[in-house]
Amino acid sequence: MEKSPIISVRDLTKQFGSFTAVDHISFDVYRGEIFGFLGANGAGKTTAMRMLCGLSFPTAGTGTVVGYDVRTQSELIKRHIGYMSQRFSLYEDLTVAENMALYGGIYGMSQSDIQQRISELLTKLQFADHKDDLVSSLPLGWKQKLAFMVATIHRPELVFLDEPTGGVDPITRRQFWDLIRATAAEGTTIFVTTHYMDEAEFCNRITMMVDGVIRALDTPANLRKQYHADTMEQVFYTLAREAKRGD
Amino acid sequence: MRSILPILMRKEITQFRRSKVLPRLVVMMPIMLVLIMPLVTQMDIKNISVVVLDEDRSLLSTRIESHLANSDYFRTQESAYDYNQAVELMDQGHVDLIVSIPAHFERDMRNGHGQPISLTANAVNATKGGQGIQYATQTIISAVTEIAAESGLIVDPTSNSSSSLITIQNRYNPTGNYRHFMLPALMIIVLLLVCTFLPLLNIMTEKEHGTIEQINVTPVSRWEFVLAKLIPYWLLALVLIGLAMLLAWAVYGLVPAGNPLQIFLGAFLFSLCMSGFSVTIANISNTMQQAIFVLFFFVIQFMLLSGLFTPISSMPIWAQWLTYAFPPRYVINIFRSVYLKGTLLTELWFDYTMLTVLAAFFYTLATFTYKKQN
Repeated sequence: MEKSPIISVRDLTKQFGSFTAVDHISFDVYRGEIFGFLGANGAGKTTAMRMLCGLSFPTAGTGTVVGYDVRTQSELIKRHIGYMSQRFSLYEDLTVAENMALYGGIYGMSQSDIQQRISELLTKLQFADHKDDLVSSLPLGWKQKLAFMVATIHRPELVFLDEPTGGVDPITRRQFWDLIRATAAEGTTIFVTTHYMDEAEFCNRITMMVDGVIRALDTPANLRKQYHADTMEQVFYTLAREAKRGD
Repeated sequence: MRSILPILMRKEITQFRRSKVLPRLVVMMPIMLVLIMPLVTQMDIKNISVVVLDEDRSLLSTRIESHLANSDYFRTQESAYDYNQAVELMDQGHVDLIVSIPAHFERDMRNGHGQPISLTANAVNATKGGQGIQYATQTIISAVTEIAAESGLIVDPTSNSSSSLITIQNRYNPTGNYRHFMLPALMIIVLLLVCTFLPLLNIMTEKEHGTIEQINVTPVSRWEFVLAKLIPYWLLALVLIGLAMLLAWAVYGLVPAGNPLQIFLGAFLFSLCMSGFSVTIANISNTMQQAIFVLFFFVIQFMLLSGLFTPISSMPIWAQWLTYAFPPRYVINIFRSVYLKGTLLTELWFDYTMLTVLAAFFYTLATFTYKKQN
């Protein structure tokens, strides 16, 4: 794997009043990797991710995402990334294909490119029969997979997934990770937050956030070794127990 | 990069069409307002309960009584044998107006002197009292004139000056038809609701469902996004005004005395103002409830301080100044002037200019309050 960073942040900080949600975090994410972002509820994962996506303005610190400055070039970053939020956020009153076409259009893709991409993604999902179904009629697992596909419609270099498998059954979760790995294999960098430690094992590298700071950053194997643990679950317990912040 | 406005607008229109309630309600609104509201907001007073105390018992006094009895405006079920009893009935709320005709009224009138007819009105409801006196006066005059003509008598206008005094002429709205006065204003209520509530509900729904956040991580500029939402509502507002104007013509025969394009221009500028205002409220609100309540608060002020129901010139001075800050004042003036008087664009320059200025103001406000990144 080539070691050129797609995300590089130094001392990134976000304060809400006197509360420091994210406290001087620094890390690099390399092109093509699946980067896991772990931490208890309230550890600051989502806030950190929102700063990287240009939804939230950093209080202090510097950083680049896909080569653009997070402080001054957030609108340029947005052209090159995909984002799937924690809350399902496709239009329920539009069909599967209409949602895809809308986002394709927003990213400036041509009509023919959009149509080609829609059939490509729906084939990948094995969902071509439901092209014209209203999104509101789909079960949650399908909605999540669809949201992921829509986030990649414009072939972004980097995709942010915020707890993509929350509330999803184990089989669908497995299918979802198959999709993530397939997408990563095409060269897309994946930045994913999760609570499921079995999913952490699928990541190339993971960070553990505790109370707004990064407590650990390495490959799952190295982390297990470092904390003398058999599973990522034990690593998580060891680190998350230090947390002062409640839910 | 090609403009994504059409793509976003198509999304808005598809969503609007798929909504089960909105399209129907939006078409119902002008129909309701034009067909039904003029009837219920009618300020013409009817069913004024009148008692006639006739001490004259002449041909003239009988004629006056029958004129009152035959009028749509009066009811003459109540009766009293003297003034005190009539006042007692009024105290109890059974009688609104007492007409007392003094003895020898007809004889004295022919001689050109004597006691006049006295009218006593219950002015608890000031409008009803005032209107009652006015209608009664007109009815009495017409009875007097009739008798005078029949008997070849010449009523001297100087000695009996009431007839020359009380003839009332309604300019611009010759029949004094309240509907013609209200209809243009009711059309504005359609605009006010369509251009404030619909964009507000739309943006708040996107906020609450989290779909707006998904849009915020795309390169769509905030103005493309908001414009794509508003343009369909502006067009809808113009279509609804057209529909309301057609209905007003078909049902009431009311057509603008001036150029209809002036109506549309006023409607368009007003739509810009109101939608900019509503986007501002949506931007600063966190929940649907909050947004709707704040908007409702302002919409009520807009309606009451606009000259829609009560004339601005009879408001206290400070309230009159306040109306200058609210867009409805201008558009109501434009609609009524163009509809009833046929006023020209150049004569209404102040109203059009103020609407443009307010539209610019609300758009600046809306831009500053919309945040893609916080």
